[in-house]
Amino acid sequence: MAKTHAGAPPYRPAGCAGVSLPKSTKPPISGAEIRMLVYPVIDTHPCGNDVIMEDRGFLARRELQTLIDALKHAGYRVVAPRVVDHAIQYLDLDHADQLPHGWQDTQAPGSYRLTQSDETRCFAWANGPQALKPYLFKSREVLWHSQRETDGNLSFHTDETEPQALAVIGVRACDLAALALHDQHFLERIPDPYYAAQRKKLLLIAVHCSHPADTCFCVSTGDGPRAQSGCDLALSELDDGYLVEVGSPAGESLIEALPLENATTEQHAQANAQIEHATRAQQRSLPSRNLRDRLFVRLNHPRWQAVAERCLSCGNCTSVCPTCFCHQETQVPTLGGDSSEHVREWDSCFTQGHSYMHGFIVRPETEHRYRQWLTHKLGSWHDQYGRSGCVGCGRCITWCPVGIDITEEAYAICGTPPADGGEA
Amino acid sequence: MAKPSIAVHKFSSCDGCQLAFLNAGEDLLTLSELIDIRHFLEAGMADEEAKVDIAFVEGSISTDEEIERIARVRANSDFVVTIGACATAGGLQALRNLDDNHEAWKNAIYAKPQFITTLDYARPVKELIKVDFELWGCPVNGRQVLAAVQQLLFGVAPLQSNDKVCMECKRTHTVCVMVAENRPCMGPVTRTGCGALCPRFGRDCYACFGPAENINGPAMAARLQGLGLPPADVARRFLFINSQAGDFHEIGRQSYRRGFDDD
Amino acid sequence: MNPYLPREAEIVERIQESDNTFTLHLRLTDDRPYSFEPGQFNMLYLHGSGEVAISIVGEDPAQRLLTHTIRVLGRITRGLAALDVGQCIGLRGPYGRGWPMREAEGHDVVVVTGGLGCAPSVSIIHHILEHRDHYGHLSILQGVKHTDDLIWQAQYDAWAALPYVDVLLAADVADPQWHGHVGLVTALFSQLRLVPDKTIGMLCGPELMMRAAADGLHALGLPPQAIYLSMERNMHCAVGHCGHCQMGAKYVCRDGPVFPWPEVRELLGVRGY
Repeated sequence: MAKTHAGAPPYRPAGCAGVSLPKSTKPPISGAEIRMLVYPVIDTHPCGNDVIMEDRGFLARRELQTLIDALKHAGYRVVAPRVVDHAIQYLDLDHADQLPHGWQDTQAPGSYRLTQSDETRCFAWANGPQALKPYLFKSREVLWHSQRETDGNLSFHTDETEPQALAVIGVRACDLAALALHDQHFLERIPDPYYAAQRKKLLLIAVHCSHPADTCFCVSTGDGPRAQSGCDLALSELDDGYLVEVGSPAGESLIEALPLENATTEQHAQANAQIEHATRAQQRSLPSRNLRDRLFVRLNHPRWQAVAERCLSCGNCTSVCPTCFCHQETQVPTLGGDSSEHVREWDSCFTQGHSYMHGFIVRPETEHRYRQWLTHKLGSWHDQYGRSGCVGCGRCITWCPVGIDITEEAYAICGTPPADGGEA
Repeated sequence: MAKPSIAVHKFSSCDGCQLAFLNAGEDLLTLSELIDIRHFLEAGMADEEAKVDIAFVEGSISTDEEIERIARVRANSDFVVTIGACATAGGLQALRNLDDNHEAWKNAIYAKPQFITTLDYARPVKELIKVDFELWGCPVNGRQVLAAVQQLLFGVAPLQSNDKVCMECKRTHTVCVMVAENRPCMGPVTRTGCGALCPRFGRDCYACFGPAENINGPAMAARLQGLGLPPADVARRFLFINSQAGDFHEIGRQSYRRGFDDD
Repeated sequence: MNPYLPREAEIVERIQESDNTFTLHLRLTDDRPYSFEPGQFNMLYLHGSGEVAISIVGEDPAQRLLTHTIRVLGRITRGLAALDVGQCIGLRGPYGRGWPMREAEGHDVVVVTGGLGCAPSVSIIHHILEHRDHYGHLSILQGVKHTDDLIWQAQYDAWAALPYVDVLLAADVADPQWHGHVGLVTALFSQLRLVPDKTIGMLCGPELMMRAAADGLHALGLPPQAIYLSMERNMHCAVGHCGHCQMGAKYVCRDGPVFPWPEVRELLGVRGY
């Protein structure tokens, strides 16, 4: 498709600029110009905590294919949840019947199971092992190439390929919150060009969470279950279809292609009741949204040692965490040695290499590593990004092979007043 | 500058690790232009006493002859790299070390045990000589071996990969077979290098690459028992291929039962 | 602008400073401008093997030369040590926050270093000597494990001969002909004559040494915010993305490596941070 975006003005979701779209007016850009919006340019991050989602009507479930087709027609690569290898994963999708119709999950510390019923719903589950993170902060990515010429000179170059525009269907509130944090990390101060390239070409269709898992605690962190902002469309899943809300001009343009019906009062009531249920169903929580001070005065708490006795230091928690961003850089030379790829790949504060310094390991023991993870995630993250690094998705609990529960550990460490004055 | 010379020596082993070189295809041709292969029986080069820059050693030390020969390999080589589980951690044949009962096992396994002249214990190479670099795996793979050779050609020590397999599993977006399917996966204690081969095909890791750094053996063993594995199976998970690797040996022995008994 | 992409730099001169320490004079082969502040660092890239963070000792702008003094500690530095004049490496930088040279103007400066801490601090000394009328008295306190580790003996002697410069040396283990102090560098503090409210302390070296030195200078009356430390952590990206260099909330690569003492005091020397 033609890259008509070059002259497009910088774009932000309406709420970022403090203005919401006026209700029931024509969108500022017509459907015929939807391609203009395929490559929106985001100059910083589409923060917009104050974005107001606008109700637009009801989309029957049989029309999901229309949505997918509209996205494909507009040049998007479409990614949506699918059941593959016993888990719900966000993967490329062509047909609405590839969605997880009737699938439900049961999650517990260290355990994830799917079951299928004859239910018609496609989004009646809580998150699987990953969502947006692998698409923006890739698990393995070539940053640049080094070429050694015959005269010994070195030259460095990057691959100048633009990523295809990406539309993700079914994003949850927790993952939108995590994305906003990654936007802060990778786009502010010194922007990361690889993250930015895909971020600029990202369209997000959220689904409000109606079926939180036992491991979920987004209510406690303030990030869910409703997708409040940071998405282009948001859907409430009902038995026969979806209430559609719009959160951006791109979303506004997209719904022009959709055969929306007027939503009924009953449908709105049902959607609200589902959110209410998803809110009340969550049993887990953190002691506070800001544990910075409480953690850093408890660096000698005996619980660090106790959790280290159970922890495998395997890094699964950090890999599934949608906000963990640590990565290592490594070289992959060709055998001849004349060219070499500089690759970055996911790392974890649970590895030895993470704190390696010329023969000295800053965090040799699991106790140090778990403490680093938790005091960063729930503590120093506040200094760095103005909030906790935890969005309550519960993945670290489910995907821990030994079922260590971050909420339980946080209560054990921070739930009682400190017995001492902290680190000597 | 003269091309670096290498030798590939075989000790008690199945020869499978040497295939990492032979199966390298086009890379093997490139490699032969970059280095001078002086001794590599499986590839048809025979000069066992050649002095070389880098010696690759496959196999454990399990006969008197091998004890003498490994000393000569050390004396003839600037840099010694063990390749594979046998050379690095004893391999399968070191299972006999666990029982202190070599004769009984030999008589039980071989039709004509009188022709077997092996030592009571099979040893990793590092128990006999100084080893400069270890490549784990049963077998090692070409990518690993060539990456090590490549760094040595650059004049730099190879990078040791000692993270857990879980890191590679997650980087390849493999769904955890333990969490999602209750499989007794050894990934959380096993060293990377295989690219999470087994979990990517829906199988549980069986620890053929040996222990990762900083493993938590007791917690792993407890988890395996929680998945329903009886103690003898827990022992097998740790001791099967890398029984002489300290971290695996220690925890595996705790669940191990002597002799031919099963549970 | 891609923050990760190195530039080519040619080795113009190589000096073996000691058994395991060497200096590279590098020249960027492109025309793009380059400037740094004392205390900043570059990422040096060895083709096919990887990058390592190395502090910048100095520059010669007329010659477009950049100087790095490197101790062989790991696989990359060992590989760099094997390179000869005329060979090329990659270089990106400069990165991080350097020494507070502007804040220190009009002040006396005490430089306390240990081990190869001397390399980053040499840029302080060069800067002060080049802008001599901006600064007061300069005290240089250098500690080494063994007298053999002391590189640049002639340089120290030359500095010691300058007016308004003191050089005090200490070695944990000393040869018989050593005329400096035997023991910890902090023991030299008793020889300092400080005017606490017009002195800035700049520390560089192992963390325990810096912690002791910061306490020692504070005890002599220096306010905590007048004491600066150059920190070191594992660094891959150098721009605050990869996460390795975090010390509490600080990204050492981007927020440091030079910090006012109060910013790192809480976690300085705490095992695991």
